[in-house]
Amino acid sequence: MTFEYAPAPESKSIVKIQKEYGHFINGKFVKGKKHFATINPATEEVLSHVASGDKSDIDKAVQAAQVAYTKVWSKLSGAERGKYLYRIARILQERAREFAVLETMDNGKPIRETRDIDIPLVAAHFFYHAGWADKLDYVGVGSAPKAYGVVGQIIPWNFPLLMLAWKVAPALAAGNTVVLKPAESTPLTALLFAEVCQQAELPAGVVNIVTGAGETGAAIVNHPGIAKIAFTGSTEVGKLIAKAIADTKKVATLELGGKGANIVFEDAAIDQAVEGIVNGIFFNQGHVCCAGSRLLVQENVADEVIKKLQNRMEKFDLVIH
Amino acid sequence: MHFFGLVDGSESSLKSFLNNLPPVDQVGADARAAMLGTRSIKTSSKAWAINTAISMVDLTTLEGADTPGKVKALCTKAVRPDPTDLTVPSVGAVCVYNDMVKIARNHLDLIGGKDIPVAAVSTAFPSGRASMAVKLQDTQDAIDAGATEIDMVIDRGAFLSGRLGEVFDEIVKIKAICGDKAHLKVIFETGELVTYDNVRKASYLAMLAGGDFIKTSTGKVAPAATPPVVMIMLEAVRDFRAITGHQIGVKPAGGIRTTKDAIKQLVLVNEVAGPDWLTNKYFRIGASALLNDLLLQRMKLTDGYYESPNYVTVD
Repeated sequence: MTFEYAPAPESKSIVKIQKEYGHFINGKFVKGKKHFATINPATEEVLSHVASGDKSDIDKAVQAAQVAYTKVWSKLSGAERGKYLYRIARILQERAREFAVLETMDNGKPIRETRDIDIPLVAAHFFYHAGWADKLDYVGVGSAPKAYGVVGQIIPWNFPLLMLAWKVAPALAAGNTVVLKPAESTPLTALLFAEVCQQAELPAGVVNIVTGAGETGAAIVNHPGIAKIAFTGSTEVGKLIAKAIADTKKVATLELGGKGANIVFEDAAIDQAVEGIVNGIFFNQGHVCCAGSRLLVQENVADEVIKKLQNRMEKFDLVIH
Repeated sequence: MHFFGLVDGSESSLKSFLNNLPPVDQVGADARAAMLGTRSIKTSSKAWAINTAISMVDLTTLEGADTPGKVKALCTKAVRPDPTDLTVPSVGAVCVYNDMVKIARNHLDLIGGKDIPVAAVSTAFPSGRASMAVKLQDTQDAIDAGATEIDMVIDRGAFLSGRLGEVFDEIVKIKAICGDKAHLKVIFETGELVTYDNVRKASYLAMLAGGDFIKTSTGKVAPAATPPVVMIMLEAVRDFRAITGHQIGVKPAGGIRTTKDAIKQLVLVNEVAGPDWLTNKYFRIGASALLNDLLLQRMKLTDGYYESPNYVTVD
């Protein structure tokens, strides 16, 4: 008898996926024009059809965000903004299982990662930035951070909801309003997040979510009403964005691809270094912008490290349940 | 004895070997051990794991209040942990103090437990604070009384003050008394060794000196057999076999009270040392209360409901 581990599946019944989604603009779902399919990569089952946003959709979203910024969000104190973020964080925790299952279905990563890593971190980020909202005057480096106004955010598919949290939570805490485009292959948790914004009674237009592919992203980048771009994704697209905004007053944060090197010296804790190498390159199936795709080992421990790494990798469970 | 050609037995050779071992990163070790604790073991694997764990239990009583009657009762339970179900395996060994060895041995032989070894704790257990002469005599007495396994404690005071040669010599001498009559398990009392680096050093020291098993704790000090400590010891026996071809066993003891704890230990064995260690020849669990929980969980699997704890014996 060999020692076998059992799968620990989650029921899909916890999520309700609609047949078709529109965009989330000004606090409401609005119908899209053209739609495209989003699939479960594990089974290639079509999960839903989401709208492909064009210039006019982005126009509406930016307008809503501008109105929300000038009339509501910029007038709230940091503490009041923080309350909304705390509320969102708590709702995310309450609905964590639902988000985890949906993320796994739409992205294809194992439920262990969405349930134990992605979603808990998402809630943690909202809690963290909620705490910052009323303390920006005391940051202590130069003048206090101030809002830009409307920020455009474009995020990738490797950690769909987590990337949303990284972008949306700090932007709202600092007082911006947001037009966000999730990756075209993983839009569903962002759309479920839109429901959370409604549930948290976040003022309409503070968060707007427009789905679509590169063209939709370009419409965000080029829209004159957007003050700042936040982008996580490929170096190639990052360069395009930098070029597109070069002659404007827009600023950007670009978090692009790049692979890291693991460096192991002879005095390293070898067993833990092996775990570090394994986590570095195999976590999230290697789809991490800083994945340790190169391994540099001091010559006199190279054989030992490689052998231990091989032994460790033989223990991987590659079964798709 | 050549100590596997790795050291010559002198303190300086020991120190240079042990100080050259790779260090243990505490944060990384804790995280890895915690991660392995989340593996899900169900149905047939669980049934196998429970039976395997029962067969690995060193059923132990080490109390000042131990009586011949209590020891005999323990032996009876060791042979037939669940008298109502003959498919339950016997435990790995019975572990008692020196003076109870003869009683345990005789009773086991009487009731059909000839194959179950009696382990005796030795060398001034649990503190290890006595003269060498007393420790040697302690061990000799246990073997004369019929113990075929000796669970000795190392001198932690000597280890922590850097007198590694003394600790080494002691193990070598006790091993010489054990000869081929008894298996030697070397107890570190990991809760007193302070760091994971020390656990790794102690593991190699005991293996080099001829220990057949390395054992975490006496059960008298907490923390005892925590998952990261056991993981580090399993890494040590795995790497030691790769270097010397010699397979050493591991015995966690202390703090393993539930079936869940025991199964987590088996996952560690499987993932870290490998399936070659998933036998009571190379892995034992020192415990007393654990056996009852294993039996109750086994009943749950066979009967489909949780039995009252009143259906298993207290001792």
